[in-house]
Amino acid sequence: MNSGVAITGMGIISALGNGVEANFNALIKAQDGICFPEMLKTKHTSLPVGEVKTLNLDFENKLQLADNRSYTRAALLGIIAAKEAIKSSGLNAKELLTTGFISGSSVGGMDATEKYYLEYESSDAHHQFIPAQHPGFTTNKISEHLNIKGFTTTISTACSSGANAIMLGARLIKAGELDRVIVGGTDCLTKFTLNGFNSLKILSEEKCKAFDDSRNGLNLGEGAAYLVLEAENLAKDKRIIGRVLGYGNANDAYHQTAASETGEGAYKAMKDALEVAGIGAENIDYINAHGTATRNNDLSETNAIKQLFTSVIPDLSSTKAFTGHTLAAAGALEAVFSILSLQNNLIFPNLNFSKPMKESGLLPITELQNKTVNYVLSNSFGFGGNCTSLIFSKNE
Amino acid sequence: MSRTVYIIGIGAISAQTEESIFLEKPIIYNSNIFQAISPNFKEYIPAMALRRMSQVIKMGLTAGKMALQDANVELPDAIITGTGEGCKQDTEKFLESMLSQQEELLTPTSFIQSTHNTVGGQIALNLKCSGYNVTYSQESASLESALIDSVLLLNEKPSLNSVLVGGVDEVSNRITSFGYLNGFLKEEEIENLSLFSKKSEGTITSEGAFFFNLTTENIKDSYAQLKGVTNFKAESSIEISEKITEFLLKNSLRSQDLDIVFLGKNGDLEQDKVYDELQNTIFSETCQLAYKHLSGDFKTVTGFAIWLSCLIFKKQQIPAILKLNAIYGANPKNILLYNLSSNTNHSLILLQKP
Repeated sequence: MNSGVAITGMGIISALGNGVEANFNALIKAQDGICFPEMLKTKHTSLPVGEVKTLNLDFENKLQLADNRSYTRAALLGIIAAKEAIKSSGLNAKELLTTGFISGSSVGGMDATEKYYLEYESSDAHHQFIPAQHPGFTTNKISEHLNIKGFTTTISTACSSGANAIMLGARLIKAGELDRVIVGGTDCLTKFTLNGFNSLKILSEEKCKAFDDSRNGLNLGEGAAYLVLEAENLAKDKRIIGRVLGYGNANDAYHQTAASETGEGAYKAMKDALEVAGIGAENIDYINAHGTATRNNDLSETNAIKQLFTSVIPDLSSTKAFTGHTLAAAGALEAVFSILSLQNNLIFPNLNFSKPMKESGLLPITELQNKTVNYVLSNSFGFGGNCTSLIFSKNE
Repeated sequence: MSRTVYIIGIGAISAQTEESIFLEKPIIYNSNIFQAISPNFKEYIPAMALRRMSQVIKMGLTAGKMALQDANVELPDAIITGTGEGCKQDTEKFLESMLSQQEELLTPTSFIQSTHNTVGGQIALNLKCSGYNVTYSQESASLESALIDSVLLLNEKPSLNSVLVGGVDEVSNRITSFGYLNGFLKEEEIENLSLFSKKSEGTITSEGAFFFNLTTENIKDSYAQLKGVTNFKAESSIEISEKITEFLLKNSLRSQDLDIVFLGKNGDLEQDKVYDELQNTIFSETCQLAYKHLSGDFKTVTGFAIWLSCLIFKKQQIPAILKLNAIYGANPKNILLYNLSSNTNHSLILLQKP
């Protein structure tokens, strides 16, 4: 087993609330953040979503941003979450000048594009948002606002972006290329993604039921989460809240959007993560599954898990029913939940589950459970066959 | 980084061809937005699949396969992609339908293909490559980010020996033309070859795909050694010079050891001042080349300069159409690529003749 990479801070904003504490409280009370869209102006008012109930303007005022400074909603969510991570790690302004920033985003500033696209040619009122469509713009807005000046990049691998950002950060620290980096992801609800997933007919009109036999689709969500990763020489005198122990990324190479039935990519990603972590499958105490509640994902993921965990399947739950599927932010949100699980020796429930899938009989944990948690495996899979698994451990 | 990384296969699609540049017959365009010259995609992609693909997917997949064929590699261990603006054509298509149909009766094809990692995913799918697969979208540092990850990957896993890495960006009708509105493109239409003589704001743009097969074995036909890649932030010209010197030093070189510097000048009056300053100071004794008058400027265009550098090493010939000064870089061994995207974001790529 290796010693992994130290995590010294974390921050989150999701439909469960603003901040780690608010999210934790909702998780232990089994209170989801799913309801109908209010902030997002869409025709599809009866599709449940995991929405952050704060208007952009209120975020701008709270953050004391000057008017008209082209912050996308994903940037606003990202700033809130990254600020909390920085504060909890105790980083000062000088340290941020040499800190790296790796953020995952799938649609970047699409919220601005879909609002102003038709008016760009007739009015110059919102031209500052023209380049905002592309994910790097949102990342740069966050790093500029927080004055983070080290290596900065954006990963855009759809729903595994945030997990891949955590993986890259851990790898750069291990290689000695960086000694401190803020990693995670951000995505906001947009009409573009809501309609996109709706056109694929994979949105549920009810609260999503991951791993249930009658599951009928996902709920979209929005949010952002970041971790602060530090090299041993910097972390040794600090409070280490957990470790990134293993990671793996593989491609399913089966279909642009659908996962293979056997979950080839998912299996390989989990297997690689165990190998990097240097632990056996039997050591995993909890799997925070990707578990989107689509027919396709949950079956494929289950099959991959069964193939890897041959003797006993670890306790497992999907937390998507709490937050909705937050796309590029999902892996980052669930990294925070994984660390909370390690810190509190708790397994968060898989909400809305009643009947196991007939193909597998898999039973997720449906009530908050107290048990020793030393190793958590967190899965994030995305379009383009992109599969990522991360393993988090206690600092021991 | 301990392992040496070599480029052993190249594949490029752009608004120019190898012949147009090395035979000094550059292709001339009279619009500030121009398209790439398409190869015969059917040689690389089945006709059925081709019909559903946007330009960025066709170009990316084809350039990727060209690089693999060139390197004689059937299946790479990893596929790492950079794209600044992703799948604009499909994004535009889905967005316009959604807006005009008021969120009703939408078909998913263009949405499915709009995600930034579509090209990387499609290459994996085509090759049945289940290895590591990541896509970077960090504006003008997207390809550089992909290269940094490639070098990192080859160093951490000795079992990996072949990484397919590339950058790709496409032109789309509406989104690309927004460049006229926000000052990215020149207001007045110009001929591409006059890019550096027009003293006005803005630039010209196009599209392309540039893929490279990287390995750690120096086979006899390798094009170049990828010595180093970095993205950095700097605000003053002194700070930029310092960062460049620091980067060269890290690679055991001084600025006078460079045979060629490839500059990302794009004809924008303000931005080019940063290059002018470097041309007159640390690079004053170096053979200076430019390329955006041939390729146009777009987020992953440094791939075009890497491709040209590989060919310059191989042919030991520097086309006159690239030259910015009279210094001749005889028998070029060290080439530095310097590019800036805004006045604060910069990138450097160092290539060496193997």
